[in-house]
Amino acid sequence: MADRLLTVRDLVIDIPVGGGTLHAVRGIDFELDRGEVLCIVGESGSGKSLTSLALMGLLGKRIKPRATQMDFDGTALLSASKKTMRSLRGARMSMIFQEPMTSLNPAYTIGDQLMEAMLLHRDVPRAEARARAVELLEKVGITAAESRLGQYPHQLSGGLRQRVMIAMALMCGPELIIADEPTTALDVTIQAQILRLLVDLVREMGMAMILITHDLGVVARVADKVAVMYAGELVETGPAKEIFEAPMHPYTRGLLRCIPLPGKTKRGSELGTIPGIVPSLVGRVSGCVFRTRCTFATEACRGDIPRHLRGPQAFRCVLDDGGLSQEKQEVQA
Amino acid sequence: MFQFILKRLGLAILVAFTVSFISFSLLFLAGDPAAALAGETASGEDIEALRHLYGFDRPMMVQYGDWLFSALRGDFGESYYFKLPVAGLIFDRLSITMTLGVCGIAFALLTAVPLGVAAAIRPNSLIDRIALFLSVAGQALPSFWFGLILVVVFSIKLGWLPPSGTATWRHFIMPTIVLGYYAMPAIMRLTRAGMLEVLSSDYIRTARAKGAPEMRVMFKHALRNAIIPVVSLAAVQMGFMLGGSIVVESIFALHGAGYLAWESIGRNDLPTVQALILIFAMFYIVFTFLADVLNAWLDPRMRSS
Repeated sequence: MADRLLTVRDLVIDIPVGGGTLHAVRGIDFELDRGEVLCIVGESGSGKSLTSLALMGLLGKRIKPRATQMDFDGTALLSASKKTMRSLRGARMSMIFQEPMTSLNPAYTIGDQLMEAMLLHRDVPRAEARARAVELLEKVGITAAESRLGQYPHQLSGGLRQRVMIAMALMCGPELIIADEPTTALDVTIQAQILRLLVDLVREMGMAMILITHDLGVVARVADKVAVMYAGELVETGPAKEIFEAPMHPYTRGLLRCIPLPGKTKRGSELGTIPGIVPSLVGRVSGCVFRTRCTFATEACRGDIPRHLRGPQAFRCVLDDGGLSQEKQEVQA
Repeated sequence: MFQFILKRLGLAILVAFTVSFISFSLLFLAGDPAAALAGETASGEDIEALRHLYGFDRPMMVQYGDWLFSALRGDFGESYYFKLPVAGLIFDRLSITMTLGVCGIAFALLTAVPLGVAAAIRPNSLIDRIALFLSVAGQALPSFWFGLILVVVFSIKLGWLPPSGTATWRHFIMPTIVLGYYAMPAIMRLTRAGMLEVLSSDYIRTARAKGAPEMRVMFKHALRNAIIPVVSLAAVQMGFMLGGSIVVESIFALHGAGYLAWESIGRNDLPTVQALILIFAMFYIVFTFLADVLNAWLDPRMRSS
């Protein structure tokens, strides 16, 4: 058996809002082995970011996540003390955020902020933390690293700041990196570059990564495993290869039709869209949440939705083939 | 940083010159100074004689240059009322005013900043409500009323503190509280608002994601950014306290510079008023300059702009 790093069972995140409860994440399961890259994909508001913040224990005082199991290398994250969580955060699990422009403290130098990540967790002299900071800045492709240490965030471009954020996450050599749409806020021209860098570093250092994205092109290139989230639920999970070759859930198939994939999308063919919008998750949520936008929806979709297993792949749908045979008939007709 | 300080210093000096010119012109805006000096019963010849004696018949710019040059050497002329050098008169009073002002702003900052931070950490909690109550009360209570209440309670009923005078440090306790409490609400509200804004920012989440303890997140990462506008406000209030503590000085019979200014205006003692205006304005200029330097140290973005 592979070396299990993270296990999540039945994670639920409810957010109290004005007149009720927003059921933002409802009973999701996934696991991650050491050195594996898991991509969580889904639209905005599907609960991807909340899930990652819950893992880090950063949801804030107002939101209390629940789960039957949420273990990081044997530590139950939800029942761990604040002190234990602090000793994990930044040391054994790090996070890279979406907004590099605002994620660095404007009042301190890059060097101070990089070194802080290490000085908080390791009893090392400043000189050693400094050396590590320089080493990592060079690793993330920043030139003149030594002199960058004395610069302030406002003196760096967005791309450079995100490189600094990546270096900061790596300072203590974590076992798990959570990257929440790390390139979304960057110029298109450097998105691929930053992502490539991140993935290479993760592979090189043997870390596990949860990469949150809505860019399926990225997923196709880097993921070992894929988890597709829709409106707070994991509708389909499985190895990347299977998900891309034989997507089972109607939503996954819809998503894949929305992007051009090399070798899969025919030249000149029209890209798909998924009609409709994500339903409101305030108040009671039951049945399949995708039914309002699904072409195969029937009355049965209001009831309990079974989970189907196909080898390593799992998906939730009332149809045990996710409507695949129906779809084929339609195409033929 | 050095360049920034130099720039600000140049600006401060320019402002100081402008203010000195305005305060000098007051003498002429207030009517014929020679006539005022001579009194109501003086004849036209007397007035002319005085005009010549005091040099009011010279061109205005010459008089200004003369006055400014003397002022720079610490000579502000002679008080019309006391017939004494203005500089000496003010110097005695200024030490009282400065003691009161420094104590007042210290009291305000030491109560307002911790309260503001505590209120922002737990919004809508009991401590937030208490802070809100204190700041609303501070804004609503007039200084003269609050001062008198303190005198009634602590001097007359309990007999703990002297009601007036400047003999010992105990004489300064109540004036400090009254003056400081006047400045406290604005500083407290600004600290709270600043902290709330900063605490919801992305870099605070980054600090937590690094595993920084909550105290470090609050004080190292948040407060340093939240305090920047507070520094500017405190500088203005400090200037105000040094010049405008007239009410407090009268209640507690502290004969400070504010009280002197008030008396001198009533007596038409223009050289004294002029000098005081100039000195109060200098306080504002110096404190604003210091606040700018402090803010530039706190916020690197300000240095480069």
